[in-house]
Amino acid sequence: MENVIVAKNLTKRFGHFTAVDNISFEVKRGEIFGFLGANGAGKTTAMRMLCGLSKQTEGIATVAGYDIHRETEFVKKNIGYMSQKFSLYDDLKVWENIELFAGIYGMNDKAIRSNTDLLMQELNFENERNALVGSLPLGFKQKLAFSVAIFHKPQVVFLDEPTGGVDPITRRMFWEMIYKAAENGITVFVTTHYMDEAEYCHRVSIMVDGRIEALDSPANLKSKYQAANMDEVFQKLARKSQRTE
Amino acid sequence: MYAIEANKVSKNYFSEKSGKFAGLGNPIVRNNTGSKSLSDDKAAGVSFEVHEGEIFGIIGPDGAGKTTLFRILTTLLLADSGNATVNGFDIVKDYRAIRKCIGYMPGRFSLYQDLTVEENLNFFATVFNTTVAENYDLIKDIYQQIEPFKKRRAGKLSGGMKQKLALSCALIHKPTVLFLDEPTTGVDPVSRKEFWGILKNLKKQGITILVSTPYMDEASLCDRIALIQNGNFLKIDTPPNIINQYEKKLWAVQSQNMSQLLKDLRNNAQTMNCFAFGDAHHIGISNSQYKENELRSYLEARNHKSIEIRIIAPSVEDCFMELSQK
Repeated sequence: MENVIVAKNLTKRFGHFTAVDNISFEVKRGEIFGFLGANGAGKTTAMRMLCGLSKQTEGIATVAGYDIHRETEFVKKNIGYMSQKFSLYDDLKVWENIELFAGIYGMNDKAIRSNTDLLMQELNFENERNALVGSLPLGFKQKLAFSVAIFHKPQVVFLDEPTGGVDPITRRMFWEMIYKAAENGITVFVTTHYMDEAEYCHRVSIMVDGRIEALDSPANLKSKYQAANMDEVFQKLARKSQRTE
Repeated sequence: MYAIEANKVSKNYFSEKSGKFAGLGNPIVRNNTGSKSLSDDKAAGVSFEVHEGEIFGIIGPDGAGKTTLFRILTTLLLADSGNATVNGFDIVKDYRAIRKCIGYMPGRFSLYQDLTVEENLNFFATVFNTTVAENYDLIKDIYQQIEPFKKRRAGKLSGGMKQKLALSCALIHKPTVLFLDEPTTGVDPVSRKEFWGILKNLKKQGITILVSTPYMDEASLCDRIALIQNGNFLKIDTPPNIINQYEKKLWAVQSQNMSQLLKDLRNNAQTMNCFAFGDAHHIGISNSQYKENELRSYLEARNHKSIEIRIIAPSVEDCFMELSQK
């Protein structure tokens, strides 16, 4: 299968500090790729580079077939992004949020309208179309935020701790949506602090001090590190960290 | 005497923006016309007691009312109804006495970002009319880890270091009751484990700890917990008791095709509920007559390979999901 993300020797230095240290990996189309690491391991910096928001110091990477350094704008057009911290505008209505984000991604009015109808049906949201996003229960918001992030049919969606603080049932429903998106060919690049969610990924990488210390399927990682679950794998690897911050 | 005693405490806000009530302790009811109003239920409000020297966890998702409860008990917010005491002091009448004897670490980092590590600590010691030297023993283990950076501004610290500084500042006046509002949210699993180790040590020194968290796996580290959702407690008990009260049979099921497995398990008439749980799906069965091999043949008929079915004890997360669906 074709690679949608390819990173070769990607490095980012801030002064003397090497935040991301020579990482290389590939992510395939339709894959759910878990990007794990302790706080300060370099996940956010790496993700920002892949999204075209920060220039690498060394190395090369392509996302959706575009060079992250030379073709930044094409990268941005072909990805979606969602995080727990920022996703939708509370004081805009459901349809206004969709129109805003879809418009930013350059979709035309006709496509926005017909796809909005389709999405509202799919999510069973027809009655909420005119509701302010701020009035929706958290579970609805999550669903909508993810749907908006993939509304323009990006090749890759980046999810930065999408489920932090969410109740256990909503968290699981959210992962069922992730699975569906992946089955439809969208590549999912996701960070999380919930180690049970790491088990849901096809492959998982674990960053320690800016480097990728391990990268494999959860089953292979567990057998390699003789661990009962991904939490143990994580604990074994992340404890090697020498970084003081 | 209880370290904390809350009796039918409630606080509700009406948000103009969302057109909804939110808060703590009052169930929101929908009347026939669909408009919302507060329940008249006089029994509404949350009640609980925390024993001296206990680690008591308030466990639930964002928006459940955890922070509202913390603000009321730390005398920063007035409740609509009910009453509560901390160390025997009334949260309204005796708020000054309470503020002297508690430590509070809010969910959002609230130290002075433009003061250094050392300056922050000195500042909080001075506010409480004490010195860092006087109570250094209590914070030594925690503070030593950030001491190499004591000349650094607090705003420039990493998340883990900020957390340790905030805890040091909350402890510097030797409080008897410590309120920690989501100290581990957004923190990686290694640092979370370390933080709970610190809490255990504080408990040994006799400090009562009320701690909130959205992470269900942290429940087992508390002596007792209250599960909270939508402003109300679902249950208060020790983690083992909560687990023992789980009413259904619970199986962990695996097969080669986990995503199809989830659909097939949910379509099984015997399944009460089914959720993904790490590398297996947990399925709750209420019919005690239903046997493991019946489920196995059901799945084999649907072409599942390498089927594994284990009877398991529920986790607190299983219990939370069960209770929140009632």
